[in-house]
Amino acid sequence: MDGTPVIRIENVSKRFVIRKEKSLKERLVNFGRSNLHKDDFWALQDVDLEVSTGSTVGLIGPNGSGKSTLLKMIGGILQPTSGSVHLRGRLAALLELGAGFHPDLTGRENVYLNASILGLSKKQTDLHFDAMVDFSGIEPFIDTQVKFYSSGMYVRLAFAVAVHVDPDILLVDEVLAVGDEQFQRKCLERIRGFQHEGRTIVLVTHGLDQVAEFCDRAVVLEHGKVTADGLPRDALKVLRADFEATRQEEVDRQDEAATRPLARFTGIALRSDSGATGHPSLMTGEGLTVAVEIEATAPLEDWEIGVGISTPLGTALYSTNTRLLGVKLDRHVGPGRFEFHLGQLALGEGDYSVHTSLTGSDGTEIDLVPQAAEFSVEGDGRSQGTLAARAQFLAL
Amino acid sequence: MTDTATTRAVRLAAEPLREAGPRPGFATGTLSSLRDIAAHSELMGFLVRRELKSRYKDSALGFFWSLIRPLAMLLIYYVALGKFLGAARSIPDFAIFIYTGLTAWGLFAEVVTVGTASIVANSGLIKKVYLPREVFPLSTVGSAVFSFLIQLGILIAATAVVGRFPTGIRWFYFPLSLAVLLVFSTALALLLSAVNVYLRDVGYLVEVALMILFWGSPIVYSWSLVHRQLLKYPTLEQLYLLNPITLVVCGFQRTFWVAGDAQPFQVTALGERLGIALVVGVLLLWVCQRTFARLQANFAQEL
Repeated sequence: MDGTPVIRIENVSKRFVIRKEKSLKERLVNFGRSNLHKDDFWALQDVDLEVSTGSTVGLIGPNGSGKSTLLKMIGGILQPTSGSVHLRGRLAALLELGAGFHPDLTGRENVYLNASILGLSKKQTDLHFDAMVDFSGIEPFIDTQVKFYSSGMYVRLAFAVAVHVDPDILLVDEVLAVGDEQFQRKCLERIRGFQHEGRTIVLVTHGLDQVAEFCDRAVVLEHGKVTADGLPRDALKVLRADFEATRQEEVDRQDEAATRPLARFTGIALRSDSGATGHPSLMTGEGLTVAVEIEATAPLEDWEIGVGISTPLGTALYSTNTRLLGVKLDRHVGPGRFEFHLGQLALGEGDYSVHTSLTGSDGTEIDLVPQAAEFSVEGDGRSQGTLAARAQFLAL
Repeated sequence: MTDTATTRAVRLAAEPLREAGPRPGFATGTLSSLRDIAAHSELMGFLVRRELKSRYKDSALGFFWSLIRPLAMLLIYYVALGKFLGAARSIPDFAIFIYTGLTAWGLFAEVVTVGTASIVANSGLIKKVYLPREVFPLSTVGSAVFSFLIQLGILIAATAVVGRFPTGIRWFYFPLSLAVLLVFSTALALLLSAVNVYLRDVGYLVEVALMILFWGSPIVYSWSLVHRQLLKYPTLEQLYLLNPITLVVCGFQRTFWVAGDAQPFQVTALGERLGIALVVGVLLLWVCQRTFARLQANFAQEL
């Protein structure tokens, strides 16, 4: 990482003491045994992180992994139990939109109040006021009390205020997905603008696609520890593998209890039209054959096999299954081999992975292999992106 | 990178790293706390305005309500204590006397009660944004002072109506008492608002304590009555005078209750006592602010 560090987190740990009592009486009564009524919970353990100027960092991880705690610690809202957090420059936090809104005040009054909470002076707010109202798109209601606003109007106004603050560091917690699609696009554009202006953005989100799209770095937190830190695609791979492991565990647990047919994939192989196997490399427009081998220990009735193609970041590009193809599979026991042929793949240059699935009659998932095999596509260097097209240019 | 990005990077590189959130240290943090609060004075103004605007929003009489309560109290005490119990006989201009005490007391009680609840009431903000949290109790002081000023206006008008408008040296006691009142109430509001986060019992405790303090100060009875009863117990009398609110109420009465000059007994050396109280109050304010700064580190997780 180059550039000046704007956030330096050293050895930060955070312990929450979960007390089960609150009142004076309870504390006095239980004074001697007070330790019985306490539980320690380490939300973060020995986290080290340095963020340099102009970077956009995505903090990702499963629920309860300490992402938001870390973000609050950067924002100074929570204090670390040990370790230290240091900052440079002006910080603004979009932790919850409209936290400072007072329902009885009008939109206009709330804009001034909220801007002031986020660190804008009255003069600066005056300057940006029209832009804020314009951005929110609720001009006719600006002098109405906000308690009469719809929830969409509420977040629109709050977001409009927040993005007009002029921070060096912006902390964002799960707030990008507000409003309708058109407004969301506006918000994302604004965030891109922030990146362009060299602001540092720390983003906590469960929208992994957003991370892939926006961030130049992703940090995976799990049980309060950093488990991966690097390019979004690598970090996402780690996180997705973890999710997959958790999911598999759950499936296994269910399998023990359930009596439904047990079957799984025992082998998956790829072959390109030109005959390459293993990790085949395709030319744009070439077809791909996916051969799968399954093993059913109990009879399968009314079942489906599916295949699909996704990007390395996990975005599904294509998927199909036997039902969609109009094939009815017969009752099946024991080993079996099947083959899909995906012809004329109009894919752009890059790496892709194939996923396969076995689905039962009632829609339950019997087996799923998210990254069964990989292949790459070689383009002609005339385009970018995952889709290939025969492009021509004409001056008219 | 664009130009703005480069300039920003250069500017940030020149800045030193600072610690996120409030600075630690009991004694050393005073200056940085003061600087933080001063930097947010505009926000405090907004919070005071929010408080005032939202309080009487949608009510037909609006700010008039902030007068009705003390006027009702005045009426009750004037009729029940003054006429029925006969206190008005020994206290000339009983209405002015009572209203003077109630005005001073009203400010104190409002700052302490609303201030105590201020942090918990603003928990939504405290959990989401870092601000010097002192702004919340301090902004309640601001809104309390606003209603105090309205009452004070009525009091001054009333003194003119009864024809005994305070003049000259009398006014010396007013700013001094007001300063003592503000310093003590602010100190208590800061301390109690912080403790209230950890122990919600404080809110109820404050209610009871205020009731005791109300009757422990010469608001609805005169200092002369106390003095007459405590003649044989000078220690008890000195103890009674240690209560800063007693001094403040006496100071207010010395200014606005002109008819009180005819009273047989006066608090001796009131100016000196108020001066000492002010010094003690400022010291207390400092201790309370530092305690507040200490406790605020865990506000967000305790709320």
